[in-house]
Amino acid sequence: MQDFTGSFRLAGRLIAAADPALVEIVLLSIQVTLSALVVSALIGLPLGATLAISRFPGRHGLVILCNALMGLPPVVVGLLVYMMLSNAGPLGVLQLLYTPTAMVIAQTVLITPILIALTRQVIADLNHEYAETFHSLGVPAHTAIAALLWDGRFSLLTVLLAGFGRAIAEVGAVMIVGGNINHVTRVMTTAIALETSKGELALALALGLILLAIALGVNALTSMINAPDGKRSHVRSA
Amino acid sequence: MSEVLDFTPPRRPSRNAHRLAASPMPLQVRGLSLELEGKRLLDQVDLTLLDNGITVILGPNGAGKTLLLKCLHGLCQPTSGTVLWHVDGLERPPVLEVRKAQALVQQKPVLLRRSVLANLKFAAKLRYSPIPQGLLENALALARLDHLASHAARTLSGGEQQRLALARALILKPKVLFLDEPAANLDPASTVLIEEAIRAAQSAGTKIVLITHGLSQARRLADNIVFLHRGRILEHSPADKFFSEPATVEAEAYVRGEIVL
Amino acid sequence: MNFFNRLLTAATLGAGLATAGIAVPQSLAADQFIVVQSTTSTQNSGLLDAILPQFSETSGIEVRVVAVGTGQALKNAANGDGDVLLVHAKPAEEKFIADGNGVERFDVMYNDFVIVGPEADPAGIKGMNDAKAALTKIAESKASFASRGDDSGTHKKEKALWQMAGITPTDASGSWYRETGSGMGATLNVAAGMDAYTITDRATWLAFENKANLKVLTEGDDNLFNQYGVILVNPEKHPNVKTEAGQAFIDWLTGENGQKAIAAYKVGGEQLFFPNAQSSASN
Repeated sequence: MQDFTGSFRLAGRLIAAADPALVEIVLLSIQVTLSALVVSALIGLPLGATLAISRFPGRHGLVILCNALMGLPPVVVGLLVYMMLSNAGPLGVLQLLYTPTAMVIAQTVLITPILIALTRQVIADLNHEYAETFHSLGVPAHTAIAALLWDGRFSLLTVLLAGFGRAIAEVGAVMIVGGNINHVTRVMTTAIALETSKGELALALALGLILLAIALGVNALTSMINAPDGKRSHVRSA
Repeated sequence: MSEVLDFTPPRRPSRNAHRLAASPMPLQVRGLSLELEGKRLLDQVDLTLLDNGITVILGPNGAGKTLLLKCLHGLCQPTSGTVLWHVDGLERPPVLEVRKAQALVQQKPVLLRRSVLANLKFAAKLRYSPIPQGLLENALALARLDHLASHAARTLSGGEQQRLALARALILKPKVLFLDEPAANLDPASTVLIEEAIRAAQSAGTKIVLITHGLSQARRLADNIVFLHRGRILEHSPADKFFSEPATVEAEAYVRGEIVL
Repeated sequence: MNFFNRLLTAATLGAGLATAGIAVPQSLAADQFIVVQSTTSTQNSGLLDAILPQFSETSGIEVRVVAVGTGQALKNAANGDGDVLLVHAKPAEEKFIADGNGVERFDVMYNDFVIVGPEADPAGIKGMNDAKAALTKIAESKASFASRGDDSGTHKKEKALWQMAGITPTDASGSWYRETGSGMGATLNVAAGMDAYTITDRATWLAFENKANLKVLTEGDDNLFNQYGVILVNPEKHPNVKTEAGQAFIDWLTGENGQKAIAAYKVGGEQLFFPNAQSSASN
């Protein structure tokens, strides 16, 4: 199939030319997904950590629920958010349907359970090590949660990456609530779906390659952040 | 450990007598037993820690020393019996006050994944707001870690980590400080630094309860000895008396350096 | 550089990118916009991309198109999620108005459906101009047929044709009759991939780039006529509907300029849509 080599060349040409339509789509994708990630992190990290260290009735059920919700199909999330934001729905007055905000909401709903579940696991493991010391020092729960989140920061970055990857790669939810409107809510994945339905397979694949490149870039950036300080390096040094 | 054994510090006079009357009774244990999986690991332990000196818990491996320390510190729930704290003369002080009255340095200290200074700051924030001037600096100096303040705590050597853990515990200004083999696996120089810090804390008015395997360390530090054997306290006596005329066969064998099972 | 500094740098980078991202759509967005619920055929054929800028330039109204199947477009519009409906399923559109969801329906343009299939043509329908007969031959030969199966305008038309032919193809669903449950483009991709027959509107077909072995085999039947209509979503039922802007778009589309723009749109020299709005519709 000549589509593969053609796609690579096309992807290269699109990037090299900094095609304005492409740039717009890429930036919107990143903007929407980063926003969703920030909101999800603000909810998911503290909640996951709380689930990890606290004991209350129903906690086990909540853990199972979050683990299960990790597998929530994006289309279902899209439908739920659509029904909420539709003019016939309870939040219709906000007029958010077919806006980037709606896409942020959908992706947030999609990845928050992932962040909660994975954070809970990371923090539970860390707490296993810290619990006695914290108890001995008399650390209050909220201080313990903050300390665990900070000390687990390297593992939690990977958790955030998982959320980012899931959000930027999904198409079902943003297609429904965003509408794939040109210049308004068209992102990488919906553009790929559109080009595929036009039979422009080479262009669709080229866009897919660019999406992959973004994912690689984000991962590379993260590993830069994550780079070990080296033994005995000075924390305050520049 | 031979180097440690060779190290003979000057003997100090016992300072129990004048402290007994001055300090309130901090800790009383009544009939404490602990069973795990059908095994009785602590058996009817009665213990009163009256003084402000250094109490050393001695005993062979598996005697239950660490478990006893954890039960005293509230890290494990005894099967039966009570641990009574008397803080500021109160018969039943609030739980929070009891927690604040004590600190523990574990055999393998768990340090936060941050700098040395940040570890101390974390502890200081639990007690002080704002942190008094000089507190962290003094703690660093006490642990002889001034030059390592900005280093990642987890990259320190074993001895440095022990000293940091000790400094972190002392920042909390506990009335009682528990130490679980603070000099295990340390070289002689590190051992000296640790023991200096322990003595300094004791002189500043902190009651020390310490587990050790080193008989010579016990001789150097102890004001009195608790001898634990198979979960039971066989002896609780002033250090001089324990070493010169142990009352039980087990203790006598232990002092002679024989293996006691 | 410590973790926090690096995190901060990365966050600033990300935030910068994100703000740049906001700037692009906003510079394009006019104060006023309408949402048009439309079908994939109008978008995939490139028609809307070609004619909408002409309307936006003269009116200052941005048109945001949500391109979905006719069934979903009707449902979305009935929920009030859109100002204008531009679809091709006349009976369903009339029901939409009868239910009070739309104000009035206007004809806009037409083209036709064609039956496409593999060049080898195992059912032997090449050159036929009777859709009923062609479908009958396909069913008899049990040659693969890809159906939209998504309640879209094209699917409704296909079902009507099967009914006329007196065949219930869903009895064979899963064997030779394949319901893709997806859009026209996706269904054409399926047909191209498995050498199946399918029904498509001519506009999507001409603009479709992955034809593989597929060829137009049956065309020219009056029953394959494909009429597009435009409807303003009822503002009395959905107060959020932008009546003026929506009506302006409908007036333009059915008026002289819009009709000319539709006629002028060609792919590979072929006209895809034929304007047929009645002059009474325009002011």
